[in-house]
Amino acid sequence: MKFISELVAKGFSDVGVMSAVKTTLIMAISSTIISAVFGIIIGLLLERFNFKGKKIVVRINRTLMGVPPVVIGLVVYMLLMRRGPLGSLHILFTVKGMIFAQVLIITPIVSGMIYSSALKSAMPIRFFAKTMGANSRQTSFLIIKEMRSEIYFALVAGFGRAISEVGAVMLVGGNIKGSTRTMTTAISLLKSQGIFSEGIALGVMLLLIAFILQWITDFLRKEEIVDENY
Amino acid sequence: MKNKISVLPLVMAVMMLAGCQKSEDSKASSVADKGKLMMATTTSTADTGLLDYLAPIFKEDTGYTLEWASVGTGEAITMGENGDVDVILVHAKASEEEFVAEGYGVKRFPVMYNDFVVVGPADPIEKNDDIGEVFKAITEQELKFINRGDDSGTDKKEKKIWTSIDVDPAVNPNYIQSGQGMGATLTMADEMKAYCLSDRGTYLKYKSDSTIGLELEVICEGDKNLLNQYGVIAVSPDKYADTNIEGAEEFINWICSEKIQKLISEYGVADYGQALFTPNAGTDA
Repeated sequence: MKFISELVAKGFSDVGVMSAVKTTLIMAISSTIISAVFGIIIGLLLERFNFKGKKIVVRINRTLMGVPPVVIGLVVYMLLMRRGPLGSLHILFTVKGMIFAQVLIITPIVSGMIYSSALKSAMPIRFFAKTMGANSRQTSFLIIKEMRSEIYFALVAGFGRAISEVGAVMLVGGNIKGSTRTMTTAISLLKSQGIFSEGIALGVMLLLIAFILQWITDFLRKEEIVDENY
Repeated sequence: MKNKISVLPLVMAVMMLAGCQKSEDSKASSVADKGKLMMATTTSTADTGLLDYLAPIFKEDTGYTLEWASVGTGEAITMGENGDVDVILVHAKASEEEFVAEGYGVKRFPVMYNDFVVVGPADPIEKNDDIGEVFKAITEQELKFINRGDDSGTDKKEKKIWTSIDVDPAVNPNYIQSGQGMGATLTMADEMKAYCLSDRGTYLKYKSDSTIGLELEVICEGDKNLLNQYGVIAVSPDKYADTNIEGAEEFINWICSEKIQKLISEYGVADYGQALFTPNAGTDA
């Protein structure tokens, strides 16, 4: 409790809290959306088509679902650095670079989850659509529509990873105050300064933001389900 | 409870005597294992590899296994204040004196110094030995400059220099804060073609060991404002009775001894062509 009274009395120290909140949200939301597009497409394609080496691809996907973010961070850093292959993009130490790394981390999570659930549900839907005379495009839409609950959970998992990420965004973003500092890297910095109370406060804020976003999406989702029942 | 505490120093004294006796008896053979000594220190002593070099010798000489957390000076001092470590080796004299004055530390002993250098691209700032001129030029020309911003000894030193030349670095839009350790900040500066203040040891080590090879050059060195004094302080047993005070005191005596001071003065010469630290125990630095 001493933490809270200390914080109320002194406020946050000079680590740029508001801008860190903003950066965190921009980064987490945009990387989740981009990963959702890639992840859903890859997951559904994997289920739809059989090809040589598919087993290996699926296995690699599963492995990447648990890849240490800091490894992705290092790889992306080396790609984006001045003397690296993508150095000419000049996006190292920018939010764009962080989103790039995040997409690489989150896409396998989304595609892996979508693939697993599509294995179970896509086949009967496709069968049903065929008997109803739907073309392939309509079938795909129907599959996505019927799988929206699974997609939702895949996105929640992806967003959770995006907002809690620290290793990769520290390496690629550089934790620059006012631009690439996120709430997690700010917490890491506060800890290194020995200011634990503010670190905890930021952590609680981070959880609150995740909770509110969760609540909003849940709310939107319920609306949709209610609509459907009519 | 009260009794227990008053007996403790006595027990410690006896143990210390026993320890001394033993080490004198068996000088040739290795010393008995006395367990762990926990130290909090700055990233620079660890990043330069000095501790990796000294720890096995310490073990051989005294029987203690030295373990350390290498963090910024701010956190190292906090760790001492919380009683998480037995001894601290840091470089921010004012904070160290405060640490002792508040009763967390027993006494501060100077150990060695190294110096800071300003590093960065050789163009457009010409090499200069006046830190004031260099910092002013960076601000006037709005050149990229990375500040650690992590309350470390280096960060504090840099802020002190800005204050002493009466320039507000924040008016430069390209003055940014990395919030990271020295190594990470040097790597960033190299990548962004920016300037930064670094201790010479970490700079030399990264310059020679980094896989990508830093292009940063020394832009400013030799100004007396750039000296970096390290002090060692045992965490006071009055605050935390379970701290390893005899180990801490043995470490302090050891690192200030002539033999180890000589080793410090030679460390790095073979690898980098110059010593990374200059020992000065026993002075009033």
